[in-house]
Amino acid sequence: MPLAFDWTQLAQQTVIGLSSGGTWALLALALVLIYRSTGVVNFAQGEMAMFSTFIAWSLVDHGLSYWTAFALTIAISFGGGFAVERVVIRPVERAPVLTVVIVTIGLFFVFNGAARWHWSTETRTLPNAFSTRPIHVAGVAFSIQDLGNIAVSLGMVLLLWLLFRFTKLGLALRAAAVNPGESRLVGIRVSWMLAIGWGLAAAMGGVAGMLAAPALASFDQTFMQPVLLYAFAGAVLGGLDSPLGAVVGSLLLGVFINLIGNYVGWVGNVLKLPVALAVILGVLLVRPEGIFGRPRVRKV
Amino acid sequence: MALLSLEHLTRRFGGIVAVDSVTFDVADGEIVGLIGPNGAGKTTVFNLITRLYSPNDGEIAFDGSSLLRTPPHGVVKRGIARTFQNVELFGSMTVLEHVLMGRHARRGRGARELIEYTGLSGLAHRDARELPYGVQKRVELARALASGPRLLLLDEPAGGLNHEEVQELGSRIRHLRDDFELTILLVEHHMGLVMGIADRVHVLDFGVLIATGTPAEVQNDQAVIEAYLGTA
Repeated sequence: MPLAFDWTQLAQQTVIGLSSGGTWALLALALVLIYRSTGVVNFAQGEMAMFSTFIAWSLVDHGLSYWTAFALTIAISFGGGFAVERVVIRPVERAPVLTVVIVTIGLFFVFNGAARWHWSTETRTLPNAFSTRPIHVAGVAFSIQDLGNIAVSLGMVLLLWLLFRFTKLGLALRAAAVNPGESRLVGIRVSWMLAIGWGLAAAMGGVAGMLAAPALASFDQTFMQPVLLYAFAGAVLGGLDSPLGAVVGSLLLGVFINLIGNYVGWVGNVLKLPVALAVILGVLLVRPEGIFGRPRVRKV
Repeated sequence: MALLSLEHLTRRFGGIVAVDSVTFDVADGEIVGLIGPNGAGKTTVFNLITRLYSPNDGEIAFDGSSLLRTPPHGVVKRGIARTFQNVELFGSMTVLEHVLMGRHARRGRGARELIEYTGLSGLAHRDARELPYGVQKRVELARALASGPRLLLLDEPAGGLNHEEVQELGSRIRHLRDDFELTILLVEHHMGLVMGIADRVHVLDFGVLIATGTPAEVQNDQAVIEAYLGTA
């Protein structure tokens, strides 16, 4: 049933949209991080995030609190992403883009299969990180969980921005992404920077998974697949080579899809994913560089 | 004492011998010009010294030990910095960030001081790629100096500059050597500039070293004249 329109509902649905959009934004940022440095979309990003989330589940299952598991999982994901780059991606570093894309599709199945093998396919639940009790702001009830998700997502984005903007490592990461040859000449170990980029992307994805999972009643090894699609749509909308674009695009998409799902009866819950695909297609047709991306100009 | 020495350095690309058994050295504190017609292999020599390419044969020694065991990202740490023929900057980085980048592996003078020295004060927070070409060249120079190099490789510093700017560049390069106690190896097409400032000149033609000497000696060398003007 579509909702009847009223401002309270609109405010609530917007916050719910921002909450899921924030989660997608983290995964979208992970995609953009790798795309900017290698020109490749990592199709395994969602499955790596799923794997991270299962690690978090195991830690919680062993009695750790959600937030301890959260911090540990970020560290493990970083190490895992770093290792994947060193072991799997580095040998194809100089190969054509298509080769690398196919390797990431292979990684998709490896992570998916490994997770099924290790954790079996029964569904799991992750405790809520935040209270589900509502708080009232200006007469509107918002769920603390939604607000908390938004806060964590934006906090991670802020941390990443600080890293890139104000640290020596961040400067080196940016330099290696835009001009690898020249970076070597100022003494940057470019291939290590690529691995660190993969580590950061895996960590961001892990956070996305750990925020997305508690919002679901239960999850299994497929739960990040729609999130990857939404994140991809958000990143394309904002501009695949723009970190800011990935965040803004995902938040816009989150709100748009949640509102359209609630107010347009025939879209409902079932057609949300096709709407995301329509957004990807529409952006690629009308403005391929997205909202914040730079158009590709080639000197001839 | 030679700070840099090349011995029988050879680099082939497919069937083309871009650098053919080249031997020369650059003494500490010298300004040395590396000249030759287009395609003579000058930039390839720079790319070999900075380890962007590996030679097929021969040896490069810097400060008494081989450079060939140094990985590309380690070259700057040993005290070698360069600028490029076509300015190579990082997209969406400010002038200040470029200079800080230069200090990544080895530190020379402070970034602010270098920005002032290269006349970039007031531009520190501008996106470097939006600046005029001549200014971008100074950004590149500031970045190279930021690592506190002993050897500075300049690839066509006069390229794209007008007559007055070239005049100024000559005295600037000399001051650079004295102020920073540098050794400078310079690839340059602008003969007036090279002959005016170089202590010694090495001449390449089709990858082969055809002459070495003071600017005056080289200018009167028959092989050099033929390489530039062709044989009658």
